[in-house]
Amino acid sequence: MNAKTPDKSITADTFLRGLWRENPVFVMLLGMCPVLAVTNSVANALAMGLATTFVLLCSSTLVSLLRRHIPKEVRIASYIVIIASFVTVVDYIIQAVSLEIYNALGAFIQLIVVNCIILGRAESYASRHRVSKTLVNSLGMGAGFTIALLCLGSVRELLGAGTLLGQPVFGAAFEPWVIMLLPPGGFFVLGAWLLLFAWIKERQDRRQREAANLEARAHAG
Amino acid sequence: MQAESLGFIFLNAAIINNFVLALFLGICPFLGVSGKLKTATSMGIATALVMFISSLCAYAINLILLHFDLEFLRLIAYIAVIASAVQLVEMSMKKFSPTLFRALGIFLPLITTNCAILGLALFQTFRDYDFLQSVAYSTGAGAGFLLAIVLMAGLREKLELSDVPSISRGAAMSLMLAGILSLSFMGFAGLGGH
Repeated sequence: MNAKTPDKSITADTFLRGLWRENPVFVMLLGMCPVLAVTNSVANALAMGLATTFVLLCSSTLVSLLRRHIPKEVRIASYIVIIASFVTVVDYIIQAVSLEIYNALGAFIQLIVVNCIILGRAESYASRHRVSKTLVNSLGMGAGFTIALLCLGSVRELLGAGTLLGQPVFGAAFEPWVIMLLPPGGFFVLGAWLLLFAWIKERQDRRQREAANLEARAHAG
Repeated sequence: MQAESLGFIFLNAAIINNFVLALFLGICPFLGVSGKLKTATSMGIATALVMFISSLCAYAINLILLHFDLEFLRLIAYIAVIASAVQLVEMSMKKFSPTLFRALGIFLPLITTNCAILGLALFQTFRDYDFLQSVAYSTGAGAGFLLAIVLMAGLREKLELSDVPSISRGAAMSLMLAGILSLSFMGFAGLGGH
């Protein structure tokens, strides 16, 4: 077996870390371009999330299978070719399933190739872990990415068009914030989500510090 | 074939549909390398250079692929071309400007996964631009990227000195700044169509 494999067992953490602690979008800030560009509606966000998850799953499984046969010197090039092949597959699948979504996502389907999450996973995880573990991990990462896209997509669609999945939510008196559907809205909504998470984290840290302080004082007293 | 003048294509790519602020391409270096004005400028120039070279190569490759009916290989061919163009820029920069080469460090090879470059190659194919139009489009896109990253770096250098709430330091603040920048670029939207 590969000597570098540190831990062979698959735990819940293998899957869950992609959802929260190492969330590709909110924590690692990877793959920003599709996150901002296609999240002007929930349907687009979902399609993009699923497409990326599919490519992520297939490419990291293949990389993991081939990890002992790819020479170190050409590994990045090989990963890119593997990823590009799967993206071409996804491109044709989406075109066949729904032309409407294909037109809405435009070039961003093909741009999955240069999504740093996929190459990053191939390089830092799939090339070092066995297939089943890689599969679980990339499923988690893909789910985390999809959830992040949905977080942005739902807020932007709700505020920008007053609808959710095309269904009107507010009454007719609601004046849509068109800015949310336009490019600046993407930046603002993602910034707001990051602020929210930073706030939660800071509150947790402060609680921990206070608890530690109390304990120290109790010991001193 | 659209009857767009070369000047319009250039302005369109550089300002009206700025690659970073309106089309969301190349956000990673835009947020990652915009901390210092000097590095941001050299990153912008290097990216613009790669954009120009890879756009020319992509144009040639597309002609070959069309000739042999191999459009489904387009994506793989483009990404290979871009990776080689980056390599080329890296080598020539190492030879002609070692200081710039050292300043950019790890960011140079990362230009390969900058979606602005692959995006440029794909867009010019979708729009059926001829040779001169592709040249105008790629120089415009490069200039737009340079403009955006330099503006952002200038703003962030100012921000270093200001007192912002602790939770908004880092990525969240940069995104808000980018949002405002993008908002101001929307003012150019009236200049032309999509």
